[in-house]
Amino acid sequence: MAEATIAAEKPAEAGNGNDMLLEVDGLVRHFDVSPPFLNRVLERTGRRIVRAVEGVSFSIRRGETFSLVGESGCGKSTVARLVVGLYPPSAGTLQFEGVDISSPRARRENPTIQSRMQMIFQDPYASLNPRWRVADIVAEPIRVHRKGVSRTDVLARVGELLRQVGLSASDGEKFPHEFSGGQRQRISIARALAGEPEFLVCDEPTSALDVSVQAQILNLMKRLQKRLGLTYLFISHDLAVVYHVSTIVGVMYLGRLVEWGPTKELFGAPRHPYTRMLLDAIPDLEMSGRARIPVAGEVPSPIDPPPGCAFHPRCPLASDRCRQEVPKAVGSATAAVACHAVEEGRLPPWHGA
Amino acid sequence: MTASDEPSDRPLLEVRNLRIEFPTRRGTLVAVDDISFAIAPGEVLGVVGESGAGKSLTGAAIIGLLEPPGRIGAGEILLEGERIDKLPYEELRKIRGKRIGTIFQDPLTSLNPLYTVGEQLIETIRTHLPLGETEARARAVNLLEEVGIPAADERIDHYPHQFSGGMRQRVVIALALCAEPRMVVADEPTTALDVSIQAQIISLIKRLCRENGTAVMLVTHDMGVIAETADRVAVMYAGRIAEIGPVTEVVKHAKHPYTHGLMGSIPAIGHDVDALTQIDGSMPRLNEIPTGCAFNPRCPKAFDRCRVERPSLMPAGRSSVACWLYEDEAKEAAHGG
Repeated sequence: MAEATIAAEKPAEAGNGNDMLLEVDGLVRHFDVSPPFLNRVLERTGRRIVRAVEGVSFSIRRGETFSLVGESGCGKSTVARLVVGLYPPSAGTLQFEGVDISSPRARRENPTIQSRMQMIFQDPYASLNPRWRVADIVAEPIRVHRKGVSRTDVLARVGELLRQVGLSASDGEKFPHEFSGGQRQRISIARALAGEPEFLVCDEPTSALDVSVQAQILNLMKRLQKRLGLTYLFISHDLAVVYHVSTIVGVMYLGRLVEWGPTKELFGAPRHPYTRMLLDAIPDLEMSGRARIPVAGEVPSPIDPPPGCAFHPRCPLASDRCRQEVPKAVGSATAAVACHAVEEGRLPPWHGA
Repeated sequence: MTASDEPSDRPLLEVRNLRIEFPTRRGTLVAVDDISFAIAPGEVLGVVGESGAGKSLTGAAIIGLLEPPGRIGAGEILLEGERIDKLPYEELRKIRGKRIGTIFQDPLTSLNPLYTVGEQLIETIRTHLPLGETEARARAVNLLEEVGIPAADERIDHYPHQFSGGMRQRVVIALALCAEPRMVVADEPTTALDVSIQAQIISLIKRLCRENGTAVMLVTHDMGVIAETADRVAVMYAGRIAEIGPVTEVVKHAKHPYTHGLMGSIPAIGHDVDALTQIDGSMPRLNEIPTGCAFNPRCPKAFDRCRVERPSLMPAGRSSVACWLYEDEAKEAAHGG
């Protein structure tokens, strides 16, 4: 039994034909934040819909890290929650190894798939139950997904998981408050790994941590990915972190993917004006004194997004077409950009190139 | 660069051997231990460190807003040559806002949600400057325009919740600048903001300091923000200054092993490494600060002396470093000069 539970350390199974682990197509999620019916009638107001995710498509290859990056309110965390099934999508499809898991019902019918994905949350203070011992927290996914495993085997596995994330097996006896932020995030990772998942959705896993602790966690995540053949969907607002961990990066703005591509290409030669603006906004640690496009404006509300390309009010290249027509992503499955200026060849060269 | 390596004849703010302690039932915890630095007029001093390093406490001590039971245990704080750490509360209140402005991390908690932005600005202006209602209002509108709020004469009558995060932080900056202070303490002014907004706020702070000759103490954990904004930088670790010097020197040629590790642990675009430099372990708790150099248990270069004797700041190149590795260099420099 111990053998079977330790079997988590295996490389990615290759050669089952389809190497896309997750495929997302036309994902939409709206939230209704309308006042109650009576208020709407009395105040003569309509419904208010937050268009958090507005048609997002991407696919993640096995063993790779796909990152979503964008500013607050761009819908990146909503995508993460849709993928693990914390929200049902309003429209669009999700496929895991070719099996449809779009609806809650499809997920119930495929419980093994659900057990193969796990999530790591941003706030290691809020995501661990303060009244549970660490061993119980880490053991929970084993108890849920692997029923009938004996108590001693569970404890052995918990000890092994804790060692795997750089804690000691005896830490299982402690409560979360006895750990620092970085150690708590290690516990979250141990818990996520307990169900032997292949796919981890990481929602800003290091945003609440200090840089030196962030480095420890990022190194740990990369090491685990290599050793266990994990696939990551990584959500972050920090472009440097994303550069460090990702294979493919997608940039989101107001619920849409505006550009995606392999990490080096995207950061080396960004095409969408928003990607360029984000890259220019990062404080320059090298102090090269490079010329930067001044950043202007703020992200509009997703309740009432601008018509056409949502970025047009802040875009230096906006034309009449941009104000009316939503640009479609042009390119391949691995690299594409949704911008009229790029399509029409109006894009100036990138200064960093 | 307005910075000078040796602070000009009379620094605007001088902190000497400051010690901040928290008396508890199990003994006194020392959160900030014997730190000294000075800020020249018009200079931006960045104070960087991880959570719990004591950087915010230092800022709070300067503006006299240490939360009890925290207290200044020793040392002195001088503003334009005058001691302000022992002043009675009412006296200090007059300095705070008038001569030292403050910008805090969370713009929502530093604004009163029940008053319009204008009421708060006008109240602050009239507390510190002898202006009438109309003049104060005109000044408030000017200030809002200066910090980049569009349609300021209309926006002045709005409540804080009607502003976005970035705009709120601009209002807070306007509040800090109401009485034209000589110095601003900014505690993580951009941490709660998105990168694109952060860039706008950084350039705003830089511009205002340049134009008004205001000195800024910028407390942050973000080395990138420091590199963009500061003239000099102090790196804090476990309540002590590990290294202080001109920003280019500290960022590009970090001397202290902690600063070195810290810089290596920051991921950077275009910098391809398989693993980031990792400083193992974490900063000690206040009741477990090791003897000798506080960093010695995590330091890859620690030797016997580091475990016994605490290093004080010694000159090394253009910076000062609290590390025994630089003792010989410091001695040589002393003999040579």
